[in-house]
Amino acid sequence: MSYPTSELLALASETRATILQRLEAGPRTVGEIAQGLPVSRPAISQHLRILEQAKLVTEEYQGTRHIYRIDPTGLATLRTWLDRFWTRSLDAFAAEVERQNQTPPSHAKQRRASRP
Amino acid sequence: MQNSAVPPVRKSIAVSTSPDRAFALFTGGMHQWWPRAHTLNPKAERAAVIAEPRAGGRWFERAVDGTECTWGQVLTWEPPHRVILGWQLDEQWQYNPAFLTEVEIRFESKDGKSTHVTLEHRNLERYGVHAATLRAGLDSDEGWMGGLRGFAAVADSAAAS
Repeated sequence: MSYPTSELLALASETRATILQRLEAGPRTVGEIAQGLPVSRPAISQHLRILEQAKLVTEEYQGTRHIYRIDPTGLATLRTWLDRFWTRSLDAFAAEVERQNQTPPSHAKQRRASRP
Repeated sequence: MQNSAVPPVRKSIAVSTSPDRAFALFTGGMHQWWPRAHTLNPKAERAAVIAEPRAGGRWFERAVDGTECTWGQVLTWEPPHRVILGWQLDEQWQYNPAFLTEVEIRFESKDGKSTHVTLEHRNLERYGVHAATLRAGLDSDEGWMGGLRGFAAVADSAAAS
């Protein structure tokens, strides 16, 4: 039995997306993550390793159980960037409001002379 | 940090004007205050940032040469108190119609003279899910990790500028 490679690759990515979606609901064991997925347990573990390397999930041992959860550090750079970005943007917005408060727009100025 | 979703980015600022004017300037005058360095089009100078004033409207920038780059869409349009923009730039910093995070901005009158502007950028965990889905075509450990590293590099250089 053979599958086109691209389909297998897409399935691999969809599986990881599904894993992340399940973990967003809360921490899960490998067994819970694998439930209902058409993928073998070793394959799930392989996907989890890849997600762990990307710092999107983190693993914790509770006795003999391995619990996986979302690791926010993988998205921390993005979040930090957005945080700074919105701070700068809102500051610029407030400055623009102030600027317009100081110099109310003149109606005469807004009417543009049309030039050929 | 909590163990599941990535917390939203929340910001607020007070401006000394009415909610009506604050809303109008925020949504209608974006090109006047949107940080200039933040453009999807480094080739031409930006002429306008436009959020079409209706739910379902486009949110995009236009360069002086007429080139348009879409950022997302207007999801909720409730002047003068609330607007929700769909920010559809993925972790590769590309517009992607299949990807969406929400930016909700509220304008509340404090004392009749000033307006409290609060902003929430949420659904950030979707960047993770999307990163996993995106790699369909070029799926390898190297490629997938490369995507996230690429994002980090873009984010760092943007933050440094």
